[in-house]
Amino acid sequence: MAKVIEGLYYAESHEYVKVEGDFGYVGITDYAQGQLGNVVYVDMPEEGDEVSAGEEFGAVESVKAASDLISPVSGEVVEVNAALEDEPELINKDAFENWIIKVRLSDMAELDNLMDAAAYQASCE
Amino acid sequence: MDKQTCLHDKHVALGANMVPFGGFDMPLYYQDITTEHNAVRHEVGLFDVSHMGEVRVTGPDAERFVQHIFTNDVAGAEYGKIFYGMMLRPDGGTVDDLLVYKMGENDFLLVINAANIDKDYAWMLENIKGYDAVADNQSEHYGQLAIQGPKAEALMLPVLGLDCAELVFYTFKEITVDGETIIASRTGYTGEDGFEVYGSHQFIRSAWDKLIAAGVQPCGLGCRDTLRFEVGLPLYGDELTDEISPVMAALSMFVKLDKPEFIGKEACAQQKAEGIAKKVVGIELQDKGIPRHGYPVCAEGHEIGYVTTGYKSPSTGKSVCMALIDVAYSKLDTPVDVMIHGKARRGLVCKKRFYQKSYKK
Repeated sequence: MAKVIEGLYYAESHEYVKVEGDFGYVGITDYAQGQLGNVVYVDMPEEGDEVSAGEEFGAVESVKAASDLISPVSGEVVEVNAALEDEPELINKDAFENWIIKVRLSDMAELDNLMDAAAYQASCE
Repeated sequence: MDKQTCLHDKHVALGANMVPFGGFDMPLYYQDITTEHNAVRHEVGLFDVSHMGEVRVTGPDAERFVQHIFTNDVAGAEYGKIFYGMMLRPDGGTVDDLLVYKMGENDFLLVINAANIDKDYAWMLENIKGYDAVADNQSEHYGQLAIQGPKAEALMLPVLGLDCAELVFYTFKEITVDGETIIASRTGYTGEDGFEVYGSHQFIRSAWDKLIAAGVQPCGLGCRDTLRFEVGLPLYGDELTDEISPVMAALSMFVKLDKPEFIGKEACAQQKAEGIAKKVVGIELQDKGIPRHGYPVCAEGHEIGYVTTGYKSPSTGKSVCMALIDVAYSKLDTPVDVMIHGKARRGLVCKKRFYQKSYKK
């Protein structure tokens, strides 16, 4: 049974956003990492890049396949999780702890388009 | 509805992640691709390859017919020898790559790719006209296991009762077990020592159970692909296709132009003499990113080809690929870019053997 965390915002494409002030930490859900299998590479944007809600910003890759990352929110990437460059498997260990990008949220109203934990869990069943 | 091999229920019971491949519902992995890959490189792994097709060719003209449709030279071969090569179209494009087992005088077993069974068999029947020979598609009869890895030999006699120690690379023997004659060959598709065993569904199911009970790691098609890729072996559909000749795929050593004739000979001879436009090479990325099948390869600002197979090599950790590119850029150490998720990632042309084979010859 895949883990979900209360208080986060979830997208149908299995990314989450953890909001702290004006910033959102974006990663993939526990369900997504389980479906993907062992992550061997994370293709991340660079700090200063702009991401847009609904658009691809990178990929998480298993041995076999690359899976696009779709940003649930818009804004400037202020930080990428550099630890994933050397240890992409951290996503398998704890997908919620190991976010991928930190975004300065440009439109808080976008969060209303995302699911809460209960709705997301229901969508995975 | 995808076909099932005779071991399908056992894969499901082991919790395998199943995917469609070549018209069959096949295991991609049981644990994970990397674990299974490493088992074969360092210990031993067990594959269900019952999806492969088998066609028996017999009759007074059997050898002459095989020589006609096959690029390698089986003339006068000793019983027990195995040959790798291709069936070609007249234009040199590849119908399939296959193994030919010399079973006896004018008696051959042709082992072909699952996805191509219908196409290949039709091709054989079309070209056998005028030959006093019969091609019989026995794919439904045979199951097949591949036991691969440095510890494979040590299992064959104690676990399966098959004495294979004296078999050298690319030879086979027929062994009678419980009244059934099975085929055991020292072949594989992993770059490691190992064996492939062909028999009835009943025999294959029993052999599978014995090997699993002995603790052998079951391995799916996921690592079959990473293993063959690392040692530069082609996969039909990637490095060989209807459009890619063995000369373009850098597999000319399996095309015997000194044979009197075979379908596609003139085209290959011409490609050798006049040169080819595109060639399969290896590329090692200097930048980060993983090249995948179909990604464009560029140089000097224009597209020069595409990735045929690519991985972050489980054995070396390097991001590497095979790619079909313009020959002008095919020399070792030529800088090229692979376009990954819209970004140019720098790489250098290298040999397409990314990991050393360890065959027992």
